[in-house]
Amino acid sequence: MSTNTKGIKIGQQDPTWVRFLVISISITFVALMLVLPLGVVFWEAFRKGVSAYLDSFQDRNAIRAIYMTCLAAGIAVPLNLVFGIAASWAIAKFNFRGKSLLIALIDLPFAISPVISGLVYILVFGMQGWLGKWLEGYGIQVIFAVPGIVLATIFVTFPFVARELIPLMQEQGSEEEWAAISLGANGWQTFWRVTLPNIKWGVLYGVLLCNARAMGEFGAVSVVSSNIRGGTNTLPLHIDALYNDYNSVAAFAMASILAFLGVITLIGKTLLERKLQQETSSSLESTTTEESK
Amino acid sequence: MSIEIKNISKSFGSFSALNNISLKIENGELISLLGPSGSGKTTLLRVIAGMESPDPNPDSHVLFFGEDVANKPVGDRKVGFVFQHYALFKHMSVFENIAFGLRVRPRSQRPSENAIRDKVHSLLSLIQLEGFGTRFPKQLSGGQRQRVALARALAIEPQVLLLDEPFGALDAKVRKGLRDWLRGLHDELNTTTILVTHDQEEALEVSDRVVVMNQAKIEQVGAPADVFHHPASEFVIDFLGNVNVFHGRINQGQAVLDTIRVGLSDPNVPDGEQANVYVRPNDMSIARNSLSKASMAAKVTRINRAGVQAKINLMLANQEEIRVDITMEQLLELDLQLDDAVFVHPNKARVFVPDYTI
Repeated sequence: MSTNTKGIKIGQQDPTWVRFLVISISITFVALMLVLPLGVVFWEAFRKGVSAYLDSFQDRNAIRAIYMTCLAAGIAVPLNLVFGIAASWAIAKFNFRGKSLLIALIDLPFAISPVISGLVYILVFGMQGWLGKWLEGYGIQVIFAVPGIVLATIFVTFPFVARELIPLMQEQGSEEEWAAISLGANGWQTFWRVTLPNIKWGVLYGVLLCNARAMGEFGAVSVVSSNIRGGTNTLPLHIDALYNDYNSVAAFAMASILAFLGVITLIGKTLLERKLQQETSSSLESTTTEESK
Repeated sequence: MSIEIKNISKSFGSFSALNNISLKIENGELISLLGPSGSGKTTLLRVIAGMESPDPNPDSHVLFFGEDVANKPVGDRKVGFVFQHYALFKHMSVFENIAFGLRVRPRSQRPSENAIRDKVHSLLSLIQLEGFGTRFPKQLSGGQRQRVALARALAIEPQVLLLDEPFGALDAKVRKGLRDWLRGLHDELNTTTILVTHDQEEALEVSDRVVVMNQAKIEQVGAPADVFHHPASEFVIDFLGNVNVFHGRINQGQAVLDTIRVGLSDPNVPDGEQANVYVRPNDMSIARNSLSKASMAAKVTRINRAGVQAKINLMLANQEEIRVDITMEQLLELDLQLDDAVFVHPNKARVFVPDYTI
């Protein structure tokens, strides 16, 4: 069959007007709904000039909010990284009772509203909650304090690493691990020398998405935060507060940080996806012969 | 290294993969576990390796040189395991793949960097891949990958080599070459080797002994010639290659098919029992005339000249199709054409009486 320059079989091509319509709808939609708002963020942030933009960062509360966001992400991401690798390892390599329940539970944070997860933490750790009074006896305050913010962030970002790794590890199977073990490697050596190198791009991808969500989370964090400026406000909460004060330059300046993070995440994600495809295809390569049998 | 397996069973849920298996493997032997998929051969190999644990039973043992290894983890059994799909470490060079088993040893037992290099280089020359050390697995062909996998397993100087369908993913020509190479290697190293395969030709060609397995049980153990010429069961003769089956009845200690009578090894089989008569295609003759009465009329339906022998398909009077292999000279002599009416008779037959256990 003859092919055009793009390698598409001519017989399979849709009429030009269909392609034109579908492509323009997609581009218009993306431009209106995604690119335009992102542009507005930067536009508004720099509306009163660069110095006004930079002044927004001199604020003590702004610095505190950036610090809180980094702290929450800095704790939540490594914890969820460890959990994600452990959970996907368990799911991909072992058979055990309750495996499907575990898979379902990992998705829980995706399924329920972040506000609810915040409220759950208040019920458990709040002053009227089950553990709140007991913890207070030891001088530990969870809700309206840093631990609450961290817990809420962990909760909403819980699935990202695991969700990324489970299919990847299932795809790769456990033969390489068995080979390593039969050659005398212990569990630790097998993990560091065989398993981790095989999933490293998947891990990075998961961490990237996890981090983006951890830094951007609003709902769950807003419930457990005291909403005190310079206290437990994270960046998204701080932006909200500034905006409610009609301080739009400062609000958009702060927002530009998150928007910038988003753009970086997107670029990183694209690069990693390419690497990840190589990771999967090289594992597929060895199984194609089996399929053709 | 002699390996003894005693009363091993293994089930996965309601599926029985191994049903009370006992087997002794001699030191330095190359033995094949041969059977169709689902016969339990791979499970048996994994039990020996320690990758599966057998169903708990006080009488079941896996002995390596008389020592029960039930509580020994895989890494302590010193087994070299080779997988069907190679399971090479993709992100490591060929050199590092082979060196892996040496590098992961505890510091006190780990060879020096120089010793590791020497060992890897000698293994690379053993597998005829000198100069390939810096390549990565995906830059190698299937046959080369499997040789690297074998070298990697040999690096730890295993007490036993376990090969799980090692040539199963390769094409026919590479397969045959590697098979001969493996036999040569075994003769050189004399490492006790257990080869799992579903390819009867492979098993019969390379092994010292063949273990034919079917439905979680061992059907027969014996030297390749033994298994081929004295199959112990219908399954074995059927699995070992093309064979014609005729259904007859027992009469006075003989299996009777039309005018043909085949003697039984056991004369005590009662009359009237059903008899299955197995005849291999090259154990039959074709004649233009029915010289003896012990022959069956047949019609030629297909002649295939591609091969050392000509393969002739024939249709019997009862509409059953059979195959007969004759030499090219015989084919010329007979001047066979499609639809020719001929007579066939078995020269050598084997009778099994399904409902009667000896």
